[in-house]
Amino acid sequence: MSLSIGYYPGCSGQGTSIEYEQSTRTVFARLGIALSEIPDWSCCGSTPAHTVNHVLSAALSARNLELAAKAGMETVTTPCPSCLTNLRTASHKMENEAFRAEVAELLETECSSLAEIKSTLQVLVEDFGIDAIKAKMTRPLEGLRVACYYGCIMNRPKELMQFDDPEHPMAMDNIMKACGAEVLPFPLKVECCGASAGIPRKDIVAELSGRLLDAAALLGVDAVVTACPLCQMNLDLRQSQANAARGTNHQMPVFYYTQLMGLAMGLSAEDMGLSKLCVDPNPCLKRAGVL
Amino acid sequence: MRIGVFVCHCGSNIAATVDCPSVAEAAKMFPDVAFATDTMYACSEPGQDSIINAVKEHHLDGVVVASCSPRMHEPTFRRAVERAGLNKYMLEMANIREHVSWIGKDKELNTRKASDLVHIAVEKLRRDTPLVANKFDVTKKVMVIGGGVAGIQAALDCADAGIEVVLVEREPSIGGKMSKIDKTFPTVDCSSCILGPKMVDIAQHPNITLYTMAEVEEVGGYVGNFDVKIRRKATYVNWDNCTGCGLCMEKCPSKKGFDRFNEGIATTTAINIPFPQAIPKKASINPESCIMLTKGKCGVCAKVCPTKCIDFEQKDTIVEDKVGAIIAATGYDLFDYTVYGQYGAGKYPDVVTSLQYERMMNASGPTSGHIKRPSDGKEPKNVVFIQCVGSRDKSVGRPYCSGFCCMYTAKQAILTKDHIPDSNSYVFYMDIRSPGKGYDEFTRRAQEQYEVQYIRGRVSMVFPQGDKLMVRGVDTLAGEQAEVEADLVVLAVGVESSVGASGLAEKLRISYDSYGFFMEAHPKLKPVETNTAGVYLAGCAQGPKDIPTSVGQGSAAAAKVAALFSKDMLESDPQVSKVDMARCVGCLKCVETCPFGAIKEIQDRGGNVKAEVIETVCQGCGICTVTCPQGAIQLQHFKDNQILAEVNALCQAEMSFE
Amino acid sequence: MTTLKMEADSAFKAEVARRSGQDVSLCYQCGNCTAGCPYNFAYDIPVSRIMRLVQLGRRDQVLGCRSLWLCGSCQSCTSRCPNQIDVARIMDVLRHMSREAGYATERNVKVFADSFLSSVEKHGRVFEMGLVAEYVLKTGRFWTDVDLAPKMLPKGKLGFKPHNIQGAEHVARIFRRFRGEPEAAQTTGGESK
Repeated sequence: MSLSIGYYPGCSGQGTSIEYEQSTRTVFARLGIALSEIPDWSCCGSTPAHTVNHVLSAALSARNLELAAKAGMETVTTPCPSCLTNLRTASHKMENEAFRAEVAELLETECSSLAEIKSTLQVLVEDFGIDAIKAKMTRPLEGLRVACYYGCIMNRPKELMQFDDPEHPMAMDNIMKACGAEVLPFPLKVECCGASAGIPRKDIVAELSGRLLDAAALLGVDAVVTACPLCQMNLDLRQSQANAARGTNHQMPVFYYTQLMGLAMGLSAEDMGLSKLCVDPNPCLKRAGVL
Repeated sequence: MRIGVFVCHCGSNIAATVDCPSVAEAAKMFPDVAFATDTMYACSEPGQDSIINAVKEHHLDGVVVASCSPRMHEPTFRRAVERAGLNKYMLEMANIREHVSWIGKDKELNTRKASDLVHIAVEKLRRDTPLVANKFDVTKKVMVIGGGVAGIQAALDCADAGIEVVLVEREPSIGGKMSKIDKTFPTVDCSSCILGPKMVDIAQHPNITLYTMAEVEEVGGYVGNFDVKIRRKATYVNWDNCTGCGLCMEKCPSKKGFDRFNEGIATTTAINIPFPQAIPKKASINPESCIMLTKGKCGVCAKVCPTKCIDFEQKDTIVEDKVGAIIAATGYDLFDYTVYGQYGAGKYPDVVTSLQYERMMNASGPTSGHIKRPSDGKEPKNVVFIQCVGSRDKSVGRPYCSGFCCMYTAKQAILTKDHIPDSNSYVFYMDIRSPGKGYDEFTRRAQEQYEVQYIRGRVSMVFPQGDKLMVRGVDTLAGEQAEVEADLVVLAVGVESSVGASGLAEKLRISYDSYGFFMEAHPKLKPVETNTAGVYLAGCAQGPKDIPTSVGQGSAAAAKVAALFSKDMLESDPQVSKVDMARCVGCLKCVETCPFGAIKEIQDRGGNVKAEVIETVCQGCGICTVTCPQGAIQLQHFKDNQILAEVNALCQAEMSFE
Repeated sequence: MTTLKMEADSAFKAEVARRSGQDVSLCYQCGNCTAGCPYNFAYDIPVSRIMRLVQLGRRDQVLGCRSLWLCGSCQSCTSRCPNQIDVARIMDVLRHMSREAGYATERNVKVFADSFLSSVEKHGRVFEMGLVAEYVLKTGRFWTDVDLAPKMLPKGKLGFKPHNIQGAEHVARIFRRFRGEPEAAQTTGGESK
């Protein structure tokens, strides 16, 4: 199967979510899906931009969509839900002539036709297919009990994101099942982790991510699986802060789904960047017989 | 002709923006107008008397009344004209209220327009001919569709009035939703105790023929003479011999069939009697779960049946009948609540609908009246009721209020306390709608006497935590989030029209709204009539309502039928299409285009194909007159030459000719 | 105790409606948004009450509150509102208006957003170290996440050098135009036109 798609990595892929970027690229390459990075892409502005002004936010996204259009890309994919919602929101709002004109005033060039924008998760499920993924599994993750956590904006609002169910999404669950893992239904799949409040209000992230960790622990899973750099960071890197603030003692590994996919496809722990995770995933992987 | 024109002031309703005396004055210039005046209130007794006197005094042979919409008072003025000794169709109306004074304030423009409208009314009247209604027989039999409490009441009232009734119900038993309910608000009466005797009356009334497991297949004809076909579905049991002993149910090995009567919270055998008080108390087989009908093996019921009435070869049968009127009382069904993913509706076993909960509380239900969590069978301690699930909610396309959920939720909360004395009940609500007699006192009683915790605010989500359900709502009065740990969550699911209601409406040729509820002829004044003569409505089929209102409407519909049947012959409306045989070329295009099937093909004495209008079915829509290439078919009282005369009167004054 | 003054500032209401594209009169105060708001525990005014205050035209009370700055735009409110109001968008717009009116009720949140965008303006992409440095400098909160640094640095998750892109100047101009600054004379920049 040969697919070629425009790729927008997002800024955190260079730093705090480097293992997500690494595992995504490696897994997609192994699946034969070519990711063409948008040349000279820039930051979409994430949350800060849209909390300052919607035209500014759209312009930052539109620059990238314009670069993608110039490079002849019909579809653009990104692993980050924040980038995804910004790109899709910009694209949607620019269907309005007046808004499009306001955005154009901030840019160098006109905004021409805009690509279809999807998450990497959506590409795997819709364009590649669960059955095709299952066929690539050589080391199924039998024995590993996981809960899939999607984060608040990947599927909401439904009218904008147009992918999967906004209350009980199943895309990641299905991929993990295809990888052979035992997937328990997580009751707070789309409940916010605290997003970008980490630096200015770490107490908020500690509370919200703490609640998610509590729910996962109550469920009795070995690990939580995510598809968002900020969710993963809040649950993993800031897990110690949640524990300290709430008097808990979680040691819950938090994977990116692409890391587990890679392991199940026979790729190495090194290739999957497992060492970049903060809460050590090795005990649970060994216990489950994956490593 | 000698035409009289009467321009009504309607107090200041018309006169404030139309110069009525001028309109009357101008009318004197129109051809054939022998008399013109303005009047204060044309429809009042003195107003009508003045018209009648003018007709006699000035020897008028036609009347134009310029006033409100004909939909208001056309029948009034027609009767007045008839009392004056004229044919009642020698009347025309010009709408100078809804079409003139109500839409603009410019008196000059309004007066000119009013004058124009009078002019065209005069031109039409000049070409009117007297019309005489025909009379036709009426079959004094009524078909009631739907055996819920509204249909039952309608059937009993008609039957008691000496009218023959055919009651058609699609479930195996009559009783409708009321037969599923445990107790009724606000008296907490046992529902089947009060409904049961009425159901038995239906079964035993000599004037009522009851068909259950039956649906209306086809309806033809017209008021007084409907031809109906009823499909009696195969039950695979000969009901003439079945005694309802229930032995077949005991022995049937297929026990996992979906239990419709119990709203799916239990399973049932393939052959079953839905509930102990079923009328008729006969068994029927669900072909989807029957091993014999699906796999060809078994037949245990046939072996044990003492009267040998099992018949696996049974087929649907069609019953044909003639009725004079139809009452549609098809009730309601619950909204598809599984769209509420945030409540885990349809996913979490301990999140149930109000009707499912009702079956749980009912002593003849699957749990013998013990309230149990579907997940583990344990008795719940904390029960949370969520109101407005699928009502007052634009996001799921149901903006309306379902009308009785506040009441039954209070009742269910009260009964919960009776069943489980140490339980805690919580009700999340936005408003409490309790308008009936004793209703508000009842909802207060739930809070004051039964200690039900009412929390004003919606619920955002319900999710499992361990073996409990966390209900995350809000108390807007306290200004705080409110989270309740529940053992069981009961959703007050909104109601919508019965499944298949729109299909039935098409068969009956009645209108229905965007939610499938049948449309009444007038929202205020004609709640049980439709715009189709001879078809009446009763109960929730017309819109959500409680039991007393449904019963009231059942009786009202019966009264309408009794009034219809009080005459031996009915008059047809003469404003129908008529075919000029000399001009008709027999192309039959009108037969094809008529939406009511009111035109038929005939042969004249020379054997030529012609079209003929069935006067009693024709609704006077006029589509045939447009279709006919020969102009052979004309709508009486609205003939082509009349309409053209109206257009000429309006336009020629403005056109200049060389 | 304040008595409810019913003279609504309809200009405020209209501005919120225009900028958000939402009709606040559709809100019947069911509280569903507050019920599902994960951030409510940190708010001073719950989101459903903010909707009511907008209906009442209470400009200063709304724009001066803390809640606007803490909203995470998580969409729980928008996705479940029975009247299909995009509540998250209204909160975003109110934050814009609060900023424009000169409020900084949750100063650290504002500084974080400003530092983030300043990093993007400088480099074209976020330079995390630079972002944190600017934030710490402007807030004086030198101990911010010091416990996390030892976890991130050895794993190479915190770069010491920014990833400057070719079009950095291009991105910077977006910001300058947004601020209404006059076009500076073209220097190098290195981007292709």
